[in-house]
Amino acid sequence: MELSLSPQQREFAEQVREFVGARLPRDIADKVRRDQHLDREDHMRWQRILGEQGWHAFTWPEQHGGPGWSIVQRYLFEVICAEMNCPIIQPFGPRMAGPVIYTFGTDQQKQRFLPGIRDSTVWWCQGYSEPQAGSDLASLATWAEDKGDHYLVSGQKIWTSYAHYADWMFCLVRTSKTERPQTGISFLLIDMRSPGVEVQPILMLEGTHSFNTVFLENVKVPKENLIGEQDNGWTYAKFLLEHERVDNAAIGVTKAAMRRLKEIAASEHGDDGGTLMEDPLFHRKLVEVESQLQSLEVTALRILSQVAAGEAPGPAASLLKIRGTEIAQRISELASQAVGYFALPYQPDYLHDAGSETPVGPDHAATAANNYLWRRCMSIYGGSNEIQRGIIAKRMLEM
Amino acid sequence: MDLSFSEEQNMLQESVSRLVRDHYSFQRRQQRLEDGEDLWLRFAELGWLAVPFGEDQGGIGGGAVDVGIVMEGIGRALAVEPYLPHMLASQLLARLAPEPLRDRYLSPALSGDCRLALAFIEAGGRYCPWFCATAASESSDGYQINGAKDLVPGGQSADAYLVIARSHGDTRDRQGLSLFLVEREHPGLQVRRLRTNDAAGAVQLTFENLQLDAGARLGDADQVWPELEHTLDLGAVYQAWEAVGAMAALSEVTLDYLKTRKQFGRPLGANQALQHRMVDLFIAVEEARSSALCAALAMDTDDADERRRNVSLSKIAVDRCARLVGQEAVQLHGAMGVTDELSVGHYFKRLTAIIASFGDSEWHARRIHRLDTASLSSSSQPARSQSWN
Ligand SMILES: Cc1cc2nc3c(=O)[nH]c(=O)nc-3n(C[C@H](O)[C@H](O)[C@H](O)COP(=O)(O)OP(=O)(O)OC[C@H]3O[C@@H](n4cnc5c(N)ncnc54)[C@H](O)[C@@H]3O)c2cc1C
Repeated sequence: MELSLSPQQREFAEQVREFVGARLPRDIADKVRRDQHLDREDHMRWQRILGEQGWHAFTWPEQHGGPGWSIVQRYLFEVICAEMNCPIIQPFGPRMAGPVIYTFGTDQQKQRFLPGIRDSTVWWCQGYSEPQAGSDLASLATWAEDKGDHYLVSGQKIWTSYAHYADWMFCLVRTSKTERPQTGISFLLIDMRSPGVEVQPILMLEGTHSFNTVFLENVKVPKENLIGEQDNGWTYAKFLLEHERVDNAAIGVTKAAMRRLKEIAASEHGDDGGTLMEDPLFHRKLVEVESQLQSLEVTALRILSQVAAGEAPGPAASLLKIRGTEIAQRISELASQAVGYFALPYQPDYLHDAGSETPVGPDHAATAANNYLWRRCMSIYGGSNEIQRGIIAKRMLEM
Repeated sequence: MDLSFSEEQNMLQESVSRLVRDHYSFQRRQQRLEDGEDLWLRFAELGWLAVPFGEDQGGIGGGAVDVGIVMEGIGRALAVEPYLPHMLASQLLARLAPEPLRDRYLSPALSGDCRLALAFIEAGGRYCPWFCATAASESSDGYQINGAKDLVPGGQSADAYLVIARSHGDTRDRQGLSLFLVEREHPGLQVRRLRTNDAAGAVQLTFENLQLDAGARLGDADQVWPELEHTLDLGAVYQAWEAVGAMAALSEVTLDYLKTRKQFGRPLGANQALQHRMVDLFIAVEEARSSALCAALAMDTDDADERRRNVSLSKIAVDRCARLVGQEAVQLHGAMGVTDELSVGHYFKRLTAIIASFGDSEWHARRIHRLDTASLSSSSQPARSQSWN
């Protein structure tokens, strides 16, 4: 057993640091460091740079054009990227659509779709949830009528993150009505420019537009865009959900947020003079979450070494999702508390790095409060934390 | 002992409930925000602006509980009318203003014709309530003010501000604070409008060589801290009642959602795991209600330490409940809870702002700590206890 890195791993880490140091655009890093919102172009610019290096699809095996990194290398890559203020790689292509396509797709589908994901020239979105199918995803009702060489798809998807940026959507649809709702579902790839696709924004409580509702009305989808077998889509969807949960622990990003919280505490004034960091009551709260984060990181590494040994993450992924999101939420809450009254103002110009007005209060205040409000969604998406607890109770504890 | 409302209080509560019911559906609230309208004059007509003032001043002689009854309605309604800042400022005005100033501003404040706000927050002091870098230097015929009040909640529509400024001492002294009335249009005053997460809005005030004559001062020079402290306690109490109204409404909305939203072929509320969480919300609302009441009653005592202790205990309790109810209500609504479309997110944002105002739990814990440790040594040094707060 060994928690420290081997010389090869250290060399790898050095290589990642060097690359990021040389290629990460300054303006993007500044935005990430300040917790400002990124637009589509910011993400794509960085992801294309990674793509050129062959690192955008960093979890992929070599046979599909990925770097073929070990679990530890991937982990190091994520932690270092976050530490150096890289934007989060949008998961919808490389972490979601990609693995499903290379695992269950045809050769033709692989040739057609994988390069755009690797190079980050195509933005994907995830069309799973529907108004009546949230936690109970299998009750989805979007209907795909079999028309011989194509399907006609009609229905409504909701909460579709970045559908307004997306070129393609991977989508769960119903292709037959069966006793068990899970069995009649198919996995389709839909071109967002198809006639009949309409994207409507849904504003989030803290003022951002990230998710949408997507109306599908008689959208013609060629049969060649069906992944795997018709009616077998649930299997592929579940495969993907488990991947998503491990990702949702987001250790690298959370460690960076912890560091940032400490910077904020060190620069904020305490009530009685000195810095907030010197306030024992606030510091106690900070340490509480830091200790949870330490434990989460090692838990993640334990699960990752199981995965490296060839075991599936299984329900343990739910544990990472629950704690990972709770800790990230708590950190953002403390950052918001740290700024005191300056958590009140809403300063969208600063959040979006638009306009020239300087924010009222310290710079980090404008983003800290907004971030806290935004992060409430982390325990809801990717399978809510209640659903994850249900999975652990049922599948691990057999209750 | 009797903890039930009086006849008058029941009537006030009825009038508050009626206005909230008839005019503050979430949709109408949102519409008014968009149109930039408010119901301030209705507040005035209903006598709400006059609640805590003596009859000789044109008021109805109510106390903190009575203002609390209005505040609870404001919380439930998610009303953004700046009732709380206006009441704090006008109560200070009534108590401290020299006669000409009071004659000029008080009755318009009670009739809704003049809106006031209290400017006491500066960047750099966090929750230290006596932190003040804004300087009031004596000049030949009055004062010259320089500095900034970086956040004045509810200050967007104010016609005049009551401004805390330092006439003596260092930024962190309790002594040396004075209070001034500054009209919005006064030369040398810059007013920057700020949006806030809770949509109530605020302003930042900047003073540049702003000249005031001596008559613009309220209360004694350098000595305004005890009055300010009392006023900030009052703010915490009023706000606690607002939080109770918001929490009660939010937990009702959540209960309703759990009963109607179906997943897996049954209502969400059929899951025992969620039932228990809903029960915790219910308990939190009752706890907060009791704490708010206790703090309001404590505003009537002459024992300042007793008041401090009760207000601080209440702030800590209400914050804890508000955090739980706000976060859980969002969570139990799933993705709907993080949208701008339902009232849920807006209640959550208002509760979050309340938690962040008038001192956080740590500030209040420290104040109680000072009281507890002072009473430890008070037997040997009784004279010192006065200076501890
Ligand atoms: C920011 C954000 C981004 C998203 N992006 C996408 C996306 O890109 N694509 C996509 O398809 N979907 C997306 N989603 C949707 C997400 O997957 C759903 O919100 C989630 O599955 C929960 O469904 P729901 O919102 O309908 O809540 P509901 O299922 O209605 O649940 C409401 C509450 O009840 C709880 N609950 C439900 N059932 C049970 C039970 N049996 N036991 C205990 N508790 C229960 C839930 O945990 C939740 O707290 C996104 C959501 C968010 C918030």
